[in-house]
Amino acid sequence: MSKKPRVKLPKSAQKGEIVEVKTLATHGMETGNRKGKDGNKIPRLILNKFTCSFGGKEIFSADMHPSVSANPYIAFNIRAESSGEYTFTWIDDNKEVTEVKETMTVS
Amino acid sequence: MTKTNENMVRVDRREALKVAGASVLAIGFASTAHATPEDAVKYIGEKTGGAAATEGSAKVTIKLPEIAENGATVPITVVVDSPMTDADHVKHIHLVADGNPSPQIVSFNLTPGCGKAEVSTRIRLGKTQNVIAAAVMSDGSVHTNKQEVKVTIGGCGG
Repeated sequence: MSKKPRVKLPKSAQKGEIVEVKTLATHGMETGNRKGKDGNKIPRLILNKFTCSFGGKEIFSADMHPSVSANPYIAFNIRAESSGEYTFTWIDDNKEVTEVKETMTVS
Repeated sequence: MTKTNENMVRVDRREALKVAGASVLAIGFASTAHATPEDAVKYIGEKTGGAAATEGSAKVTIKLPEIAENGATVPITVVVDSPMTDADHVKHIHLVADGNPSPQIVSFNLTPGCGKAEVSTRIRLGKTQNVIAAAVMSDGSVHTNKQEVKVTIGGCGG
């Protein structure tokens, strides 16, 4: 990905609080159904996997298909249990991995 | 007389070519056929291991615009009624479209760490169709619900 994905995670939360996480990746999500100017199909190139993990454990993930819009936006919830670093990962069809880390303090 | 006959033949040949061209076009369309509601149901069956689904379940709420002006980005939120505890939580939420080139849209994999089974994203819809959300619970039960979206401009390209 040319541009770093945006992740909106609260800086701090109460223990047990359920917080919303919003993510926005910058990606064309080429479906593989479109035809280019030369009449040939443009090959598929999408982000097919999104993962959010904490302490090496997967909390939430998404398997994406071409019907997900360009610049995929995913919002979900996580329960704040302890302070630490959350890892957000996107993987595209070429196995290119983009990773973003965000820290949340739980009191 | 001979000349007219020749012309007749020419016209016939043209007509024949037109017909041939049309049939090629028809085949072209058929190869890019869209998924049907049956495909969507079949896909859900594959994803849920054939478990009997509770259709139109009150546990699954889909928030979608009734009319989407731009099919390229249609906001969708799915809420599943679940306590999200270790014993009782939502494992997967599959979003399926019955009129897109392929039925699958996205599958969300949830854990009790999510706290709440609510996810939002933006999807592409090629034409007016039903969007189906299938929630797979930790006890293996499947709850589905669907909503129709009217699409003014399709968003699948091609």
